[in-house]
Amino acid sequence: MEAHISLFVRSIFVENLALSFFLGMCTYLAISKRIETAIGLGVAVTVVQAITVPANNLIFQYLLKDGALAWAGLPDVDLSFLGLISYIGVIAAIVQILEMLLDRYFPPLYNALGIFLPLISVNCAILAGSLFMVERSYTFSESVVYGVGSGLGWALALVGLAGIREKLKYSDVPEGLQGLGITFIAGGLMSLTFMSFSGIQL
Amino acid sequence: MGAFRNYMDRIERLFNRGGPLERFSAIYEVVDTFIYTPADVTGGAPHVRDGIDLKRLMILVVFAATPCFFMAMYMVGHEANAAMASLGLQSVEGWRGAVLERLGIGYDPASVGACLWHGALYVLPVYLVTLIAGGFWEVLFALVRNHEINEGFFVTSLLYALTLPATIPLWQVALGISFGVVIGKEVFGGTGKNFLNPALVGRAFLFFAYPSYISGNAVWVPVDGYSGATALYLAKEGGLTAIANAGITWTDAFLGTIQGSMGETSTLACLIGAAFLIVTRVASWRIIAGVMLGMVGTSTLFNVLGSQTNPMFAMPWYWHLVLGGYAFGMVFMATDPVSAAMTDAGRWIYGALIGFMVTLIRVLNPGFPEGMMLAILFGNVFAPLIDWFVIQTNIRRRMRRHAS
Repeated sequence: MEAHISLFVRSIFVENLALSFFLGMCTYLAISKRIETAIGLGVAVTVVQAITVPANNLIFQYLLKDGALAWAGLPDVDLSFLGLISYIGVIAAIVQILEMLLDRYFPPLYNALGIFLPLISVNCAILAGSLFMVERSYTFSESVVYGVGSGLGWALALVGLAGIREKLKYSDVPEGLQGLGITFIAGGLMSLTFMSFSGIQL
Repeated sequence: MGAFRNYMDRIERLFNRGGPLERFSAIYEVVDTFIYTPADVTGGAPHVRDGIDLKRLMILVVFAATPCFFMAMYMVGHEANAAMASLGLQSVEGWRGAVLERLGIGYDPASVGACLWHGALYVLPVYLVTLIAGGFWEVLFALVRNHEINEGFFVTSLLYALTLPATIPLWQVALGISFGVVIGKEVFGGTGKNFLNPALVGRAFLFFAYPSYISGNAVWVPVDGYSGATALYLAKEGGLTAIANAGITWTDAFLGTIQGSMGETSTLACLIGAAFLIVTRVASWRIIAGVMLGMVGTSTLFNVLGSQTNPMFAMPWYWHLVLGGYAFGMVFMATDPVSAAMTDAGRWIYGALIGFMVTLIRVLNPGFPEGMMLAILFGNVFAPLIDWFVIQTNIRRRMRRHAS
């Protein structure tokens, strides 16, 4: 239990996907103009992450891993070269389902997220979650914790940046830096402050 | 004074719109309003019947930081003289030795005057370099972008200089303040438009770029051959017993006779500044109280949890208060009105977040003995978000009230 709590905290703060690995930058920079939208996207990413990482964990453990197919009488088969394509397929399918659910039940959020909802499927933070899970050989329960934690961490960074950008609306940014330029600088300064967690051992 | 006023009035037209020196109007403006109270009054309603403007506000903060500044000079000199006495050194090398020689001031650690002079030769160069390097960027941006030069920089430069150790190379001082002023403030449009405290951005830049000069494991007493560690670093290694073994009592830490960055060692001087800032209502007492409560709560929690391996768990809150930059950061850095939360409820949350974070970093992060700087920057990052949630809650509550 203690190991799980430690993993949860670490995946939110210490190994924050956006601010220490710089993953998912395109959506991070594009959907941080308004706090409401950012919260919506953050929830969506967390949900997708919380489903895909455990789902991919099951696929990896029972289908792809070296010797995983022993239950089917094929102990010598190693399908791990199919890893990337299966993870992407699972992510794409889950995003598609989420999109249909949002369209049906939360149309305002669906409209606000617009093109970026389908783009979650190619959000590198999501794929990175699955790949880190494989690389660090998490168990199923660990992968659930890691999925939720890393999604929440990314969402926290996104919402924090959205708060800063709402404040920066009143700033007087030089012309050449307006828009993405100043957002990059703000994101960089944010990750500087997240350095406070680097090295924390739990 | 009258003659100077007349002279200023005479040359004013040169700087006005269409005048030959129009580009440099920001420099004229800063000299004029720094010396004289501006005569401009608002034309239409609403009128604010108060003489306080940004300049007076900033000057009040400078007054509040003065005790820290003098304590910094005294303590740096005192530490250096005491170290020399213990090593048996009679004089210092270089230009500082020459100046002290010329003035006929000895190296007696018991003499207040000798300590002040010796310390001043370390504190003043750092401060002057900060003023010149930072002031250069400030004026450059003001001229190119046609905005006024703001006195905010006086506060930034003073606070920045006080957070540095006495042994820091001067080129690093210039580099740090340049980063702080340009990236931390001017790219967002100058004073009041930034979201992080520029002094801390500059220091954080130095902290991560040149950790060996600033992280506090080697001591910062400017005497060759003297070595040791800051009190917080000692605590990290061996807890309160290590501090006691080094001969440091709580009173020492409270008064400031310990190793540390120049201005932050004396909790007493910081608290005098805090009282001044709260009475003049420049700093928000809610933020200070929030930082205090957050730290006390978190450190008590760690005390109760306990740990076999980490001695920092057992450190009580009144030690956290007097060690490192906690008091200085709480009084002068966290209360920066630009980068702090703006709503009253938000200020409590923002303060508590900083207090929580500083204890967390000090206790749990083996890499950094001190966490105040990073904790405040972390609070700055989430301050706009805290405000937003406070405002949304308020709107929702009022809508419910008016619906019924």
